[in-house]
Amino acid sequence: MFEVVESRKLAENIYLTRVKAPRIARSAQPGQFVIVRADKVGERTPLTIADYNAEEGTVTLVTQALGVSTRKIVAKGAGEYLADVAGPLGRPSDFMAEPIEEVRKRKYIFVGGGVGAAPVYPQVKWLAEQGCEVDVIVGAKSKDLLIYAEEMRKVATNLYIATDDGSEGFHGLVTTLLEKLITEDGKQYDCCVAIGPMIMMKFVTLTAKKFDLPCIVSLNALMVDGTGMCGACRVTIAGKTKFTCVDGPEFNAYDVDFDEAMRRQGMYRTQEQRALAIEQERAAGHKCNIGLDK
Amino acid sequence: MANKIPRVPVREQDAQLRATNFEEVCYGYNIEEAQLEATRCLDCKNPRCVAACPVNIQIPRFIERLREGDTLGAAEVIAQDSSLPSICGRVCPQESQCEGSCILGIKGEPVAIGKLERFVGDWQLENGRPKVEIEKNGHKVAIVGSGPAGLACASDLAKMGYEVTIFEALHEAGGVLVYGIPEFRLPKEKVVKAEIESVKALGVKIETDVVVGRTITIDSLLDEEGFDAVFIGAGAGLPRFMGIEGENLNGVLSANEFLTRANLMHAYDEEYDTPIYVGRKVVVVGGGNVAMDAVRTAKRLGAEAVIVYRRSEKELPARVEEVHHAKEEGIEFKMLTNPTAVLGDDKGWVRAINCVQMELGEPDESGRRSPVEVAGSDFEIECDVVVMALGTSPNPLIASTTDALDTNRRGCIVADEWGQTSRKGVFAGGDTVTGAATVILAMGAGRKAATAIDRYVRGVESEE
Repeated sequence: MFEVVESRKLAENIYLTRVKAPRIARSAQPGQFVIVRADKVGERTPLTIADYNAEEGTVTLVTQALGVSTRKIVAKGAGEYLADVAGPLGRPSDFMAEPIEEVRKRKYIFVGGGVGAAPVYPQVKWLAEQGCEVDVIVGAKSKDLLIYAEEMRKVATNLYIATDDGSEGFHGLVTTLLEKLITEDGKQYDCCVAIGPMIMMKFVTLTAKKFDLPCIVSLNALMVDGTGMCGACRVTIAGKTKFTCVDGPEFNAYDVDFDEAMRRQGMYRTQEQRALAIEQERAAGHKCNIGLDK
Repeated sequence: MANKIPRVPVREQDAQLRATNFEEVCYGYNIEEAQLEATRCLDCKNPRCVAACPVNIQIPRFIERLREGDTLGAAEVIAQDSSLPSICGRVCPQESQCEGSCILGIKGEPVAIGKLERFVGDWQLENGRPKVEIEKNGHKVAIVGSGPAGLACASDLAKMGYEVTIFEALHEAGGVLVYGIPEFRLPKEKVVKAEIESVKALGVKIETDVVVGRTITIDSLLDEEGFDAVFIGAGAGLPRFMGIEGENLNGVLSANEFLTRANLMHAYDEEYDTPIYVGRKVVVVGGGNVAMDAVRTAKRLGAEAVIVYRRSEKELPARVEEVHHAKEEGIEFKMLTNPTAVLGDDKGWVRAINCVQMELGEPDESGRRSPVEVAGSDFEIECDVVVMALGTSPNPLIASTTDALDTNRRGCIVADEWGQTSRKGVFAGGDTVTGAATVILAMGAGRKAATAIDRYVRGVESEE
């Protein structure tokens, strides 16, 4: 059992959960994730690590509550317990294993879309601590859905905000802003890291390609165990099948078959939507008399 | 003349009924049946069954106790060589081990050794084990993985006085016994949990949600957490795929995924949140025990279920009993059939699997006649789900995060017959070393390693 020490809403359907997990807090590195189970009947849900503090022994998770399992996770308040938090899983970001002098030579641009801003944060924070120059684009549909902008402002060299409706920062998509920074503002970057919805990562990759800008993405594939055992998270990378949990989650963006990855994410959509609908009907006090909730 | 009694039949759940539920197939013997069956043993001077048992259980001795009505005595005989009789009695391939070498089997039916072992094991779970007095020796051993190898190693070491902690990556202890083997073959509450509880009763600690190689490392266990030795029993690893076209379509799963959803995550139970999809028809590719488990699970989830295997029935690596049970339950077997591509609809979901007919050619290095494609014999089997049950390849996580731990060409951790690896104080056994094998071999390896670990720790102590 893992005690929740802080739980708060960051934006509509997006929640922060800080949980006591001393072993994970000690070993977590930028780029990694955890698998969480809210209770004993819950799914194993992969969640990105938004922050970690070895001294406190806590790990911060940011969850978009869209289905039954994620709603259960975010419903846990301070003092309550999550049944399981396992990790850190996946390989740390590549720069963690490179000589720091090499990393410092690069100018990074991070693109965090929606809930993807959360896993961008520990990477930017780590690079900034090492004295690297890191620009960050945080994107969301509107101002209300922006997360981690303030935290990011403290660590990024330059922070750019993009909203689809123009309610804050640049009016438009993160890809348009990225293109503008390079072409109009004369920014030069050596590496782009994009984390967010699969469709956003696909288009950031296409934008990066226009400028021959190396690009890395972090894939959020479906998973069961998260340790390499099940293969649910397989993706095609440069024509070869790889497991997101053990070979990733970060991959060279140019090699990723995004269309296949998006299709595979929808494998259980029908069941998930059905489960959510049943839960919502039950919560509303509706008892099914013809057994459709079975 | 004891051997004139026919083998006592074992009661089973009706085939049509059980194909719709997850209750255990085989009910096992009651005490009268077990004692009657025990009278069939000839008590051979040179018991071939003992030699054929991977852990050399003194089979005629425990059967003798049963015959005398001393079930506790029988349990004590088995306990000298095996720590998991309820489990091995259910899942061991007895027909190729103890029962396969029973003299009675030459002209008739061998003694039902497996069913007798199961009876003794279950009796013990119900009646409790004799309490063992343990004197702590002040040494700590860490075990990676709570499957059959780890549990066996832990229980032996705990009895010797070691303080043992098992680290398990998943949220529940048991390894393959929990995520792999289905409820209808190995009940989780009644048998697996009970066996694990009895290991815990020896003082063994189990820490779940710890992924060795990520959460902690072998090196940190030895250097920072004060363990004197480590045993790695981490299991088989990553599922294999065929490498054919269409394998990443929606609806193609590894048997590990399919079974983990059903077993560990209880997807067949409405109370649990994890989804599982079977559609109308499931094709399972492969012929081993895992393939049988997957196809019978699919059937129980309401799908039409088919096995596709490239050799003939004679070569099926699965246990005879599993194949027999599967057939009774209405599983279709398509032998000498090899998939060449998975075909999808316009949305990227499986709609069929394309296969070719095979025929048996010359024997290959395994001594089995290797299947050869019949030219122009392509045909399609329409289906919604394809489950690949083709075995596993080693998970590189532990080897790649541990200094000086050697692996072989296939990526398995190298260890001698006592489990000693290339690294001092680090031992390994089970599927991690051999690649996918059986519960009993893993358990045997765990027990041998326990002896070697004890020898190692005492050696280090006497040096100091």
